[in-house]
Amino acid sequence: MSDRSQLLDAGRPFAFDETREAEFTRLEPRYPERDSLIMPALWLVQEQQGWISREAMEYVAERTGAYHAQVFELATFYTMYHLRPPGKHHICICRTLSCYLREKQLLVDWLAANLDLVPGAVTEDGRFSLEEVECLGHCGSAPVVQVDGVFYEDMDEEKLGALIEDLRSEAI
Amino acid sequence: MTISPVSILSARFDVEDAHLLAVAREQGAYATLDTLFDMTPDDVTEEVKNSGLRGRGGAGFPAGIKWSFLPKDTGKPVYLTVNADESEPATFKDRYIIVRDPHLLIEGIIICCYAIGCHDAYIYIRGEYTSQYEILRSAVEEAYAAGYLGESVAGHDFSLQLTIHRGAGAYICGEETALLESIEGKKGQPRSKPPFPAVVGLYGCPTIINNVQTIASLPYILANGAAAYRAYGTEKSPGTHLFGISGHVERPGMYELPLGLPLLGVIDEVAGGVWRGRGLKAVIPGGSSTPVLTAEEAATVTLDYESMAAHKTMFGSGGIVVLDETVDMVRVVENLIQFYHHESCGQCTPCREGLGWMEKLVRKLLAGEGSHADIDLLLELCDNIEMKTVCVLSAACTMPVRSYLVKFRHEFEACVTEHSAAAQPAQNLEAAP
Repeated sequence: MSDRSQLLDAGRPFAFDETREAEFTRLEPRYPERDSLIMPALWLVQEQQGWISREAMEYVAERTGAYHAQVFELATFYTMYHLRPPGKHHICICRTLSCYLREKQLLVDWLAANLDLVPGAVTEDGRFSLEEVECLGHCGSAPVVQVDGVFYEDMDEEKLGALIEDLRSEAI
Repeated sequence: MTISPVSILSARFDVEDAHLLAVAREQGAYATLDTLFDMTPDDVTEEVKNSGLRGRGGAGFPAGIKWSFLPKDTGKPVYLTVNADESEPATFKDRYIIVRDPHLLIEGIIICCYAIGCHDAYIYIRGEYTSQYEILRSAVEEAYAAGYLGESVAGHDFSLQLTIHRGAGAYICGEETALLESIEGKKGQPRSKPPFPAVVGLYGCPTIINNVQTIASLPYILANGAAAYRAYGTEKSPGTHLFGISGHVERPGMYELPLGLPLLGVIDEVAGGVWRGRGLKAVIPGGSSTPVLTAEEAATVTLDYESMAAHKTMFGSGGIVVLDETVDMVRVVENLIQFYHHESCGQCTPCREGLGWMEKLVRKLLAGEGSHADIDLLLELCDNIEMKTVCVLSAACTMPVRSYLVKFRHEFEACVTEHSAAAQPAQNLEAAP
């Protein structure tokens, strides 16, 4: 999410679950230097926990042998690492040129009007969070929206409304 | 003339499930490995040099010549890193290769690694490419299981390990030395060159960095020979390219075309022309970092490196953006500067602070609070930022921005004159960050 200035505590320690442990172990011999494992490890944390807490960063430092500061540095530099919990469904709208030209602003406005959701925020019920992001590499099918990692191309307000309705009707 | 797409790189793009090894193999994937190991590595490099294949990441440097910069017998391992950090706005070609035909990429990687003597290759893929990463990863796993990767590639005395490294949201990691820093577990901040990566690259070892499309072009060249590749394109810009056409056209999308075709012909005949029956205002020829062409200039340019240079722009990444007559160029410039400012790695002051300053100035113009002096100041900032930084990210912003300021200055002036009643005298000091 957009505020990258602070590390948050989860209030509980972090450790990889079995799946993530197996993936980390698979990756270890693929790099001649252990610092290279920091980014993959941060991805595994985010996959498991949804975001990256201070405790998890310290865990990654322990597992890779890096200084805490180096892990903090990477987690804050790379904008896809969530430093606070996003909504249950994280919506990214591409704001860069081709999506801008194909009227992505209509989508941003639709979310503001219908979900009271603005970029950088999470809805009150915690269901949705929104981020305006830079070019997502789907310019030929602009405007593009990415929800929980899945791409939705050639979007308009109607398709966005239907998508939100689908996500809403999922059991909590 | 009639322009129609060709299928060199995209031969398997429309084959259902071509991302699966069994399907790809049925359609000819990995066939070059039957003869590759009968050639010497130098023969392979020579064939690629003869093909005239130029780096498809945007810079257009001849691939075979880049390989030959590797020092011999250093006693250190040689690395290949494949740049799949495709993040240049308007560029989405490598995604097509990764999703539609990942085994073409892996076959190309094997060819390149054999030529340069590399046994450890990395693919650096941007973090945003999520399902794309999964497809690529499955393809790599299938290639390992089938013996195309691992201790003995296709049964030959050649070992190759291939690892996919995911980025996490940083345009700058497409810059080759920032990419290396990122794999090494650091912030993506570019290195000063020289030394160039061919000499001191990944983990301090000789390293070749090639774009996905460059690598994916190799199987065709090996299978059919340099002359067959040269049958497409022009003498100095041989071969084909995946052109991503976006913006205000009727049929945006991905098209493989030989180089050298007239830009307007491609927009009209391949992409269906300007949308909504509108007129053409301008074209961005090869990704957002390339200087814009007016409709008049677009009428005489062809899609190759030389013609683009003659029109004082660049071929770039093949990402063509069409702007119709209704586009507000000041807003386009705002959109672009915001992108580059956001993506500045923060290492060099002129880029980190200067692009933010330019962003503020453009917003000031858009708010009707700008002056004619602010437009000149923007141009001055372009001059003072460009080439004063470690890498070319800042120039990737200032070069196009200057082109809009010069070619469409009247639109920037209109921001001032239309708000003349409310206009303030120039207050440049206040605009400083």
